[in-house]
Amino acid sequence: MTTDGPARTGRPDTSWYDDDAGPVVRPYAMTRGRTSTEAEERLDLIALVIAEDRQEEPLDDQTLSPEHVDIVGLCRDAPLSVAELAAELDLPLGVVRVLIGDLLDAELVHVSRPVPPAELPDEKILREVIDGLRAL
Amino acid sequence: MVFGRSERRRKHDAPDPVTLKILVAGGFGVGKTTAVGAVSEIKPLRTEERLTEAGRPVDDLVGVEGKRTTTVAMDFGRITLREDLVLYLFGTPGQDRFWFLWDELARGALGAVVLADTRRLADSFAAIDYFERRGIAFMVAVNCFDGAERYPAETVREALDLDAEVPVMLCDARAKDSVRDVLIAVVEHAMHLTTRQREPALP
Repeated sequence: MTTDGPARTGRPDTSWYDDDAGPVVRPYAMTRGRTSTEAEERLDLIALVIAEDRQEEPLDDQTLSPEHVDIVGLCRDAPLSVAELAAELDLPLGVVRVLIGDLLDAELVHVSRPVPPAELPDEKILREVIDGLRAL
Repeated sequence: MVFGRSERRRKHDAPDPVTLKILVAGGFGVGKTTAVGAVSEIKPLRTEERLTEAGRPVDDLVGVEGKRTTTVAMDFGRITLREDLVLYLFGTPGQDRFWFLWDELARGALGAVVLADTRRLADSFAAIDYFERRGIAFMVAVNCFDGAERYPAETVREALDLDAEVPVMLCDARAKDSVRDVLIAVVEHAMHLTTRQREPALP
């Protein structure tokens, strides 16, 4: 007995793979190795991604990856934030940002303009937030 | 699927909603995700960022030289206040060394809540210090754990050496109403600071 792999200990093979082994497909393979996008500055965590075309039929564009198609699909019914898309697709934020950047270039989605980071939202909006919270 | 899409279907010509965020910070195990979950309309979601080079100066890789990436997770929730007004709550990563991620989270944040546990007040120092230095409107909410001794808010303020204007409240991170009141207090505080900033300085 010189080896003791899972087969010999009687545990199922899946015990070979845990989270430390990493994903089967390396995440940045989906972006063809790109780690940033020109749109980076606009893709704040809470920037909303909105599909331009809200028709129900799936996109038929051979240049898009399944993940691109998923993003457009998720944003069709209602706008979703960059953070929500990353969580929903279970992909790192950096990967999702690159994919959204591609969709912006292809004009399949647009992104809401977040409040400029340098300035706080105006008093009117803050008051509306307080009213909204009170009504919860 | 966690998103209530049918309810949120928008009219095609509706303007893009305004999104805002509030951070929920504090030490490990203080109840950040519990607080987010108490008021969020969705089960708190988790998003991750994979760190490589960015973590290098601070990550001690001795013994794990083969490990090139670290994953840092952020839990967040959403409150749709109106069809065109959405508030996101982000729990900050527990590990203090991910400061650069805090910078991304803090950018454009409306305000921040520092959750504190009176048994481990020192765990909230780092977050308080961060928001003070960045000039971000923040307040301290003491999560009243069952079995932990209660202290008046003023005692906590003294112990944390907070400015008189920083709101301090006692709360229960599990209770929706309690967390909602904390959020209202932090937005009111942010509004107070904004108004003051915009007023011309006294002669």
